[in-house]
Amino acid sequence: MAVSFDPLGGGENSASDPIPEEGRGPSAIGESGRDSQSPPQGWRSAFTRAFARFFPAALAFALLLLVWEFYARLGGIAPTVLPAPSRVLEQAWENRAALAENTLPTIRATLAGFACSLIAAFALSALVDFLAPLRRALFPLLIASQTLPLVAIAPLVVLWFGFGLLPKILLVALVTFFPMMVALVEGYAATSAEISQMLAAMGAGRWRIFWLARLPSALPYFFAGLRISITYAVVGAIFAEYAGAAKGLGIYMLSAKNNFRPDLVLAAVAVSSALTLALFGLAVVVQRLAMPWERAGRNRKAEASERRS
Amino acid sequence: MTRLQLRDVRKNFGALEVLAGVSLDVGAGEFVSILGPSGAGKSTLFQLLTGAIRGEGEMRFDGAPLDGARFAFMPQRDALMPWRRVIDNATLGLEVQGMKRSTARERVAPLFAEFGLAGFERAWPAELSGGMRQRAALLRTVVQQRDMLLLDEPFGALDALTRAAMQRWLEGMWRSHRWTALLITHDVREAVLLSDRIYMLSARPARVVREVAVPLPRPRTESAALAREAAAIEAGILDTLLGQPTPINDHLMENRND
Repeated sequence: MAVSFDPLGGGENSASDPIPEEGRGPSAIGESGRDSQSPPQGWRSAFTRAFARFFPAALAFALLLLVWEFYARLGGIAPTVLPAPSRVLEQAWENRAALAENTLPTIRATLAGFACSLIAAFALSALVDFLAPLRRALFPLLIASQTLPLVAIAPLVVLWFGFGLLPKILLVALVTFFPMMVALVEGYAATSAEISQMLAAMGAGRWRIFWLARLPSALPYFFAGLRISITYAVVGAIFAEYAGAAKGLGIYMLSAKNNFRPDLVLAAVAVSSALTLALFGLAVVVQRLAMPWERAGRNRKAEASERRS
Repeated sequence: MTRLQLRDVRKNFGALEVLAGVSLDVGAGEFVSILGPSGAGKSTLFQLLTGAIRGEGEMRFDGAPLDGARFAFMPQRDALMPWRRVIDNATLGLEVQGMKRSTARERVAPLFAEFGLAGFERAWPAELSGGMRQRAALLRTVVQQRDMLLLDEPFGALDALTRAAMQRWLEGMWRSHRWTALLITHDVREAVLLSDRIYMLSARPARVVREVAVPLPRPRTESAALAREAAAIEAGILDTLLGQPTPINDHLMENRND
């Protein structure tokens, strides 16, 4: 075997080595890695990037509204069938007190239901992680729960639990629980085997490994599930209200429809959409705050690709 | 003084025989390598040592049957937790042992300079280069202050240049600390550069084919004369591992130990 790459350093005597071995600092290690942290990126470039990202969507949305507006005005369609967006906006403003009064209970039901669902998902997923047979017992049931048509279930839940907050909480939980539960269980399973093995070698027990490794490993999965389920949450609450409630966007839509006021139905729809988008945005913000290391990783990757180009 | 002593250690996974009787010793302050082809069962041996799996045979430490908490284990990839800052990765083992996080940080922080990580205490692992990640992983391993280090191909995932730099660095670190260490590798040069002795394993089912002493003086990164001696040892090892002349077949390691 020929020594093509000399592993033991060149030079006949050690004096020819410019760096004495003992005093060799870490910076002398010839590796390509950078030794300084990246400067924070400027707010302006962040703004331009955000603008570039959201502009196409905003433009498409504006175009859609514009086409709708012209069609409703010039198409000879009665406003009791298809009101123009401008009319929806106008009527929404006129009825803002009633809309706000009906939005608050929906928000309350959504948040309460979602909180219950979140706690249940964490508790049950942890339990399932520790007791594998429980997983086999529960998952078919959970999957079956997702096959229930909401239209049929909502009135029944109201029939069983009355017109109060409880049936709304239950329905919101029903539609939001499953994505989070599945995400968490899959997230636990995605824990690196090497990290688990290392922790075990350190003397960590099962609970320690769950807390130190499995739970944090599940975070990205959890937030993916959270973003999906949070978009169902408002819809779930509205369904429950539609089936029977004193106040709420669902019952407001129902009575507006019965009064031949599609403009007010659409106004309530706009409010519920805005609510869903706000919750989605909140989930994204919480994810950023909860997982600061993700951005660090992305910055480094972006930097590396910039250097290459 | 012999610290770790393995006698005829065997392990089967069902019908698959992975370890067919491995015997080896590691003395106090000795750096020993296990060299073998990929898939020979080297990592299985470490899993047996750390208690992750059970096998047959005798495993003793300081004369007594092996219990769990003797080893600080460094896995193949660095296994840094991306959600912990570098310093909190380094303190992980101490925290698992029950030390308070703040105390553990105080204990670990002064070592960052020696490991070439000064200034990166608060960085995320994703912000480090490959070599820095490996040094952080080694730091996490040695601060546990266990009796012996188990290093499972610690530089296998690095590019060639970084790996060579890391090997030299580790040789320097070992010289000043004299850890009792067992290294798994399939890099012949790495084994010769770092080890006092090398055990060569056959392909699966693994047994010790040959034991090679590396009597080269340290530091080993200094002279060309040393490099020539090292090259001779490397050539001998490769001859044993690959056979002589090199036959290309699937079972070239069989019956090499008789």
